[in-house]
Order: sequence, then structure tokens, then C-alpha cells
Amino acid sequence: MATKRTIEVELSTTGLGADGKPQRIPLVAGDTGGLALQAPPALEPELEGEHMLINIGPQHPATHGVLRLVLELDGETVVRCIPHIGYLHCGFEKIGEYRQYNQIIPWTDRDDYLNCVGNNIAFSLGAEKLFGIEITPRCTVLRVIGMELSRIASHLVWMGTTGIDIGAFTPFLWSFQERENIYNLFEGWVGARLTTSASRVGGMAADIPDGWLDGLKAFVRTFPKTLSECDRMLTRNGIWVGRTVGLGVMNPEEALNYGLSGPMLRASGVDYDVRKDFPYLDYETYDFEVPVGVHGDVYDRYLVRMEEMRQSVRIIEQAIARLPDGPVNVDDPRVILPPKHKATSEMESMIHHFKNVMEGPRPAIGESYVAVEAPKGEKGYYMVSDGTAKPVRWRIRPPSFVNLSAIPKMVEGHLLSDVIAINASIDIVMGEIDR
Amino acid sequence: MSAFTVIQSGSAPGLPTPATPKNVPHRGGDANPSAEALKAQFGAAILRVDVVWGETNVTIDPARALDIVRWLHDDPSQSYEYLSDVTAVEFRDRGMPIEVIWHLRSIKYRRFLRLKAPLAKGQPLKIASVWSVYKGADWLERECYDMFGIVFEGHPDLRRILLWEQYTEGFPLRKDFPLRGRLSRAEQLRQALAANPEARYSMEELSIADAFQELPLDMRARIKGGESTGE
Repeated sequence: MATKRTIEVELSTTGLGADGKPQRIPLVAGDTGGLALQAPPALEPELEGEHMLINIGPQHPATHGVLRLVLELDGETVVRCIPHIGYLHCGFEKIGEYRQYNQIIPWTDRDDYLNCVGNNIAFSLGAEKLFGIEITPRCTVLRVIGMELSRIASHLVWMGTTGIDIGAFTPFLWSFQERENIYNLFEGWVGARLTTSASRVGGMAADIPDGWLDGLKAFVRTFPKTLSECDRMLTRNGIWVGRTVGLGVMNPEEALNYGLSGPMLRASGVDYDVRKDFPYLDYETYDFEVPVGVHGDVYDRYLVRMEEMRQSVRIIEQAIARLPDGPVNVDDPRVILPPKHKATSEMESMIHHFKNVMEGPRPAIGESYVAVEAPKGEKGYYMVSDGTAKPVRWRIRPPSFVNLSAIPKMVEGHLLSDVIAINASIDIVMGEIDR
Repeated sequence: MSAFTVIQSGSAPGLPTPATPKNVPHRGGDANPSAEALKAQFGAAILRVDVVWGETNVTIDPARALDIVRWLHDDPSQSYEYLSDVTAVEFRDRGMPIEVIWHLRSIKYRRFLRLKAPLAKGQPLKIASVWSVYKGADWLERECYDMFGIVFEGHPDLRRILLWEQYTEGFPLRKDFPLRGRLSRAEQLRQALAANPEARYSMEELSIADAFQELPLDMRARIKGGESTGE
């Protein structure tokens, strides 16, 4: 019988260096990066050579959904990680082949359910490309507002849940309060909070109601305060820094090769943002910056996401200032329904309404791939049309699916408790991974 | 720990400022310059080049797929470092071949290219894996195999990913697969109820637990009897 022993390990860092900046703990043993560190205690002899298999998930709060990780441990160090996914598979892509384009939009709510408005708009952009539709200036600006609001909402959930995983409970409450404000705005706009179905092919489900912009302005005014409170709580916090710095490092070449995207890729030092490099919705005319990390670890991913929220606020401010008047929906009878009062009083409009709803709009033969910068990364919708009202193939390019595929590479060699932090830093949504 | 050198996107000199595409024609328009370079390099292996809604499609000979992708990745004048997606398309017209699709991006030149490799029906659906070029192809190819049954030769671990490994009904995104699945609802329910959830965990994994004594009696008896129902 082995007796219980307590190993006292001195905390190697308090979080802050002499210059007041967070200290970085070297990842590789031997490379101390100028810090004087204690060598880790040697493995207990009776454990040497014996590996243990443990199973995390699929029902585990720290796996952010139904993810199952089978880990092979040597002591407390992960030797091998085998992810199992698919517990939430619903066959979205198959169902999409049996739906008209506007009928697919509710399904896009449910793939990445933290970024519903962003998904709706991304899908509409793809379908509009197939139809050859240019959306109106007002719709373009409204879509930018919707996309940036849902980016903030998604990053807030990420920050709150990651905080809980690592041991900070307070940011969760603060961030969910702000997320509630965003959902109230969505509710005022389209009537739904989570599964919004906010856009249509050729426009939006609704124009913003009177006074909505005042609510948005109030949010834009108050949100940066909450963000800086979270920033003060976490960024220089010794525990936070100690539990995130140096974990799950991906260098730029690896990150590109593994197909990472979004904050994961930018934290690794690749300056690739779809909004800047392959712009859509006139993003090139907005003045904003793309934060890029230089260490590729969990801490840099945190910093990148925090800065992205601030930049999103900047974009929303500019969008409010330039929001033009005019129609939201394009004047294109192929895709847009006639006004309700006409559909109930004129024969021609009623037939138009009936044919658009029952038969559905038919795009030309062709295909389109539209990628947007979703909170998780490059979210793409690929649609192939054979000239009928339903797509031959509807493909979701899921950013967190590809990001998660690098998790064995990221966790191997780290401690079991760090697996939770690394997994949280990927910002996975199982609805999008399993689809 | 040393910091990385940041990779700048669009770092090739003389690139135009990116802008939101407007009034894109259905067919025609400027093709991606890589299409011409591919024709010059691979000749007959490039079957067709067309531009649809401003996106360049290059249809390639499936037998040369890996060579072409590797060249696009490695050649400094192309520099397609980023694999966005690997997927496939089956058309409603049963006579048309299944197309394997790669969406490639060049971060350096800000280019987007779609490669298509038609696989004829009626023979085994096989194509080379690009995993040796892009590690990100790992799960994307597994999903493509899971949904279409396309075998990616050279993939290190090609097995189902979203569906479970014992799934026998076929490949769901094929057009001959009905939307409701092959089995009736009653049969699906019967199989789900009859399934032994413990079979998903191997007995070796369970016996490692020190809490052997806490296991149910029947399971302890089965482990002692040497039973193994591993995945």
C-alpha cells in the first residue's frame, strides 16, 4: 500500500513581473526563459511506466457540451488524447437538401447557437450570391451591427464559462448580464432571443423598431465599463495568468497547417481575419484593428478575444453613425414577398406570395462559398444549386470542428487540469461541431 | 519562451486593397491566376477551369489530386498555406460523378481557389488524402468518409467521426439514402433499446479503476471471466 504523500510545490510565479507585466512560464522543460524555476518533482517510482486511462465527458460541465475526451495519463501528464464527437449529430446538411433557401435559415440558428444572427446573415450572404442579389445600403449596415453584437455575445459566453472552468466565478455573472442586454436588443429587433432567424434572402426579417438605436447606444456606452471590470479582474490576476500562460502553444506554421481560424489562429501570430482579407458587408470601410497574439497560448487567446470585443464596439459605433435611411429588403420579386396588405387584397400579389412560399425562389445553376469571420473563426456556407428551389448540397464549414481537431496536439504533454483550460480556450460549440 | 514572428496576410508586394465584391457576374470574370499556373504546370491533369460568381473552380484529374495540392501548398509563387474545407457533392442526377471539393486559401496572396475532383460512380470511391500536406484535413476527410463513403487513401486514421463506428445503415449524405434513415422508426427504437451502452467502454479500461469492488456484481463477474468488449 502506498501511503498518501503531500507534495508542496512553490508557486513559481505571482503573475506579475518586475515590470508590472504578466510573467510567462516556459513551456519546454529546460528553457526557463530567464526565470529561476524549481525542477518539477521526479515521478513517484511506483507509478513509472504505468499509464492510466480516464474519460472526460460526454456529460461533464467543463467540456462545454457533449464532448468526450479519452485521456491516457502518465501520472498527471497527458500522454495521448482521443476526442470523440457526434453525440449531437442531427444531419443539418442532409435536412438542408430538402428545404428551400429561406427555410434553411432556422437551421443556421442551431448550428452555432451562440452566434445565431451571425450565422443567419452568413447564410443569407451565400444565398444572395447564388441569386445575384445586391443588398440595400441600410441592410448592409444593419447586418454589420447584428454580426458584431452576436460576436460580443459569443465572446461573453466564452469568457464567463472559461472563467468558471479556471476558477473565477464573478466574470461569469458580469458577462451574462451584458449578454442579457444583447438578447434584449435582439428580442426588440426580431422578436426572438436565442434562435433569431434574423435575416432573409435579400434582406432582414424586420427593420429595427423606433427607439431601438437608443437601446443600442446605451449598450455601447455601458458595455466597455463591464469589459474593463472583467479586464481588471482577470488580465493581471496571478491565478488566471498562472493557469493560462504557456498552455496549448501552437506556433504560426502549425496553426495554419492545422486549419485553425479566428482568435485561435490570430493568437498564434497569423494576421488573418476574413473581415480584412476577404471583406464582405463593406467591412473594409470600417476603422478597426485586428489583435494578433505572439505566443499562441491560452493567455494570448484570452487577450485576443478581449480586444476583439472592444473592436466590435468600435465597429458598432461607426455603424450607428452611418446607418442610412431607406428600404431594408431589396426590390426583387424573385425572393421578397409582397407587403401583407397587398397580399390580402390583390389577386396578383396573393399569387406572387403563394408561389414564393410554396415553390420557393429558384437561383441559377452554380455554387457559392461565403466565409465570414464568426466568433469561432472562419465560418463558411457552401451551397450548390442545380436550378431548383432547394440546394443540391448545403455545407457548413464549422470553425470549431477544425479548431477542436488540433486538441490532441495541444494537450499532449500538459497536466490533466490544464486540459480543461486548453479545451475552454478553443471556444467550442457542440451544436456546430456535430451539426 | 520566445515570441513568434507574426505572419502577415496579404504580404506579397503589389496586391490590390481587398474590397467587398460588388455586381459579380454569374459566369466569367477574372480567374484566379493560380488556374493558369496550374495549367502550365500540370497540363492534361487540369480538366476544366471556370469562374462562377467570382470564384474560380479548377476541375482536376483525381489521380493527380495529391500532387496538385502539394504543389499549390509548397510552391512559393502559389503559397496556399490554408485548407478551408474538404467536402464532396453528389448531384441529384444519378449519372453525374461525385465531386470531392477542396477550398484552399493563400494567406500571402489573398487568393481563394476551389479544386474539384470528379469520382465516377460504379467504382470504388477512392482518392488520395491530403493529410500529409495539411494536418487540418484529418477530421474534414473523416467527416467526408463518414457522410459519403469516400475513402481517402493515406489518411492515418480513417473511421467514422460524427456517427458511431458500429453504424451500418450507410452514408447519410448520399442521394440514395432516405431522409429518415434506412430503418423504420420502430426498428431504430428497438435497436436503441437493445443496445448495451457498456459495450462502448472496454473492459480493460474499467478494470483499471481501483473501484473494482464498487462495480455491479454482474459486471465484476464478466470482467473476472475475462470478457472483453472493447471498441
